[in-house]
Amino acid sequence: MALDSKIPEGPLADKWTNHKNKINLVNPANKRNIDVIVVGTGLAGGSAAATLAELGYNVKAFCFQDSPRRAHSIAAQGGINAAKNYQGDGDSTYRLFYDTVKGGDYRSREANVYRLAEVSTNIIDQCVAQGVPFAREYGGLLDNRSFGGVLVSRTFYAAGQTGQQLLLGAYSAMNRQIGRGKIKMYNRHEMLDVVIVDGKARGIIARDLVSGKIERHSAHAVVLGTGGYGNVFYLSTNAMGSNVTAAWKAHKRGAFFANPCYTQIHPTCIPVSGDHQSKLTLMSESLRNDGRIWVPKKLEDAEAIRAGKLKPTKIAEEDRDYYLERRYPAFGNLVPRDVASRAAKERCDAGYGVNATGEAVYLDFADAFMRYGREQALVKGLDVNDDVLVKKLGQEVVRTKYGNLFQMYEKIVDENPYETPMMIYPAVHYTMGGVWVDYNLMTTIPGCYAIGEANFSDHGANRLGASALMQGLADGYFVLPYTIGDYLADDIRTGPIPTDTKEFDEAEKSVRDNINHLINNKGKHPVDYFHKRLGKIMWNKCGMSRNAEDLKSAIDEIAELRAEFWKDVMIPGSADEYNEELAKAGRVADFLELGELFAKDALQREESAGGHFREEYQTPEGEAKRRKEFQYVSAWEYKGEPKDAVLHKEELVYENIEVKERSYK
Amino acid sequence: MNLTLKIWRQKNANDKGKMVDYKINDVSPDMSFLEMLDVLNSGLILKGEEPVAFDHDCREGICGSCSLYINGEAHGPDRGVTTCQLHMRKFKDGDTIYIEPFRATAFPVIKDLIVDRSAFDRIQNAGGFISVNTSGNTIDANTIPINKHDADDAFSAATCIGCGACVASCKNSSAMLFVGAKVSQYALLPQGRVEAVDRVKNMVAQMDLEGFGNCTNTGACEVECPKGISLENIARMNREYLFANIKD
Repeated sequence: MALDSKIPEGPLADKWTNHKNKINLVNPANKRNIDVIVVGTGLAGGSAAATLAELGYNVKAFCFQDSPRRAHSIAAQGGINAAKNYQGDGDSTYRLFYDTVKGGDYRSREANVYRLAEVSTNIIDQCVAQGVPFAREYGGLLDNRSFGGVLVSRTFYAAGQTGQQLLLGAYSAMNRQIGRGKIKMYNRHEMLDVVIVDGKARGIIARDLVSGKIERHSAHAVVLGTGGYGNVFYLSTNAMGSNVTAAWKAHKRGAFFANPCYTQIHPTCIPVSGDHQSKLTLMSESLRNDGRIWVPKKLEDAEAIRAGKLKPTKIAEEDRDYYLERRYPAFGNLVPRDVASRAAKERCDAGYGVNATGEAVYLDFADAFMRYGREQALVKGLDVNDDVLVKKLGQEVVRTKYGNLFQMYEKIVDENPYETPMMIYPAVHYTMGGVWVDYNLMTTIPGCYAIGEANFSDHGANRLGASALMQGLADGYFVLPYTIGDYLADDIRTGPIPTDTKEFDEAEKSVRDNINHLINNKGKHPVDYFHKRLGKIMWNKCGMSRNAEDLKSAIDEIAELRAEFWKDVMIPGSADEYNEELAKAGRVADFLELGELFAKDALQREESAGGHFREEYQTPEGEAKRRKEFQYVSAWEYKGEPKDAVLHKEELVYENIEVKERSYK
Repeated sequence: MNLTLKIWRQKNANDKGKMVDYKINDVSPDMSFLEMLDVLNSGLILKGEEPVAFDHDCREGICGSCSLYINGEAHGPDRGVTTCQLHMRKFKDGDTIYIEPFRATAFPVIKDLIVDRSAFDRIQNAGGFISVNTSGNTIDANTIPINKHDADDAFSAATCIGCGACVASCKNSSAMLFVGAKVSQYALLPQGRVEAVDRVKNMVAQMDLEGFGNCTNTGACEVECPKGISLENIARMNREYLFANIKD
């Protein structure tokens, strides 16, 4: 099967407009006769469900949480980008497009990213109209800040809780449609298979997590807005329930899975404290606007700190290595996430780490306290030479900007970050790989769409900050609602899709067989035992840096672990009740397959791009080395075992951007 | 640390439920409360027993999934945190800890420590939104200037995570802090004023229908709220409600 990205003809800036002009439309009266299933109700799924219902389609929305308001989009902190150029600092659609493609290490699809930049401004207008309380300046206008990898201030924010506010905005739009009966909401439901009828996605098999009941739901199209698969690493910044199941089941039914090895490692997370740890906590990258990152210059200082004999505040300025400012003077502490993460790991691997395990660097606000404090002292007519006063004034400014993050850090680490520098370390965050989609966001299964983090198209090998929220909402509010009409226009006479057909029988049977096997297995180990082991293989061999030898052994180890899982997993309770262990087992079973494909994809990609750093391919300065011959999307076709997956390549063509070595010096 | 846990076990909504004692040893002070329960659960599974069911997801204090009534307080003894942000360093070796579900008629138990909080969703469905088309073809965002003070207050109200601690802490199981926060967010913004009258009436009506009690100005909700949502929001809701009814 050849991949057709369906990128419209014409100049980049006109593609989306031309495409919309030519697309098939569904008459409003006919939309009432069409059903759409939306799985996942985060920023992408929630905004899509609301908009499709607004347009007049009958929407069935599913989420595994008890309410759409809890989707993990809620945890995004820093902000959302939009090329509004309110600051007049030179921003434009093209510049947002350029930064995103460059930040993605030239491994994203040009036309999709341009469209994203183009609709970004509508998102802000939409959200403000919905009552999203973005930060304001004293004049009443919207405030902006800057994020890693860019030179303009285009990030809109709501303190450190932007994701929460945007998600609640989309949720409120959903609420309006639920109240009107246009969305039927299925909370605490998990999608366990896609049903294909005559080659088209026509429904899903879902499990009611409370009663354990297996249900059939039909529709004319199925939309997956189910987020990423970072939990394949066990420890990540994702919510505990985030999983790959829906996307993976679609993959097994024919949707190609693209770039599974592209995973983003976020540089500013709270370091791991011990084996009991269940997840990692991210702190907004916006902290890098004011915090300076450093480790001791001298090995003996680092050793003394690790042993608890030396405090970081006692290390003289000249004995500190502000390694990002040293290596990347133009961007300094605001280099993109992959660069910042790798640089932290490099210093820690060299022995300069500052916590007990040697896996942490400092994020220090001491300079920011003094800088802001002096400004405040001047404004208030106080003594600028009184260091104690200046520091106190500066701390107040920092508290208003990042107070909730400082508080969160203190709760977890039990240290006051106003007095001693924070410790941070990179952690698995966002996955740029996902279900392959064409320009219409349709997967290789006709009628099955993937939006937001669940698809692969916009972020390339690395995601710049504040661009995930942008993509989720762009797909859900402004892209999918247009493109899905083009497909559904052929379905106005189809009528309701029956669920008593052999296709639904077969899909339901395979779901039941799977569950019966798991629940009756009576093995020796709980689900987490396997998940943690998978996570260790993934982090050690498929994590921030990778090499061919490790990846080959990872593929074998994961296959062995999977066999062991199916033989030895133990699940208490029964299938027809609320059973969290059973739900978890199904998700881990899918991670055990995805993990192997992840390693296989990383192995064939013999280049370093974004968070995917292949040790064999680096420049003499230790920077990522891209290779022209790998300028493609790897889209995998399911053929049984993950190791048998077949690779299809979508060449990436850059007509509007010169592909250059990425430099932040 | 070695601890004794007294945990509410209830197989399903129809089961009567009872407190069950568990011993847990070698608890690290760095663990979160939920990680401590994870350790308990893996031990139970290995013994062939059913693990304790509890709601949780983001484990960073923002999704609002986790609940738990710990030693008679919603989200436990610490202030300004959810249960996932509560660390075992807040407890002492040898402590006995009571762990119960949030109690309220409008929050029926699903299993063990999990309650059904969908009443909050239904209140939202009744009016917790601004009726704007999601087309993006609206006016430019900066043509709606908003006083920074109002924007900040609206934001503070909007930070409610819908966890239900306010309801659980209230002797009347009132949802007025939750509903007040929602009503306030929109009441403070020019975009939300247009529908303010209908919104407050519809949301309050739904709140009553769900079986939540009335506010008695005790203030426990504000004290136990992990996000510090202020009682001022209840006052604002009452003003909005009064105004809405006078207008009729």
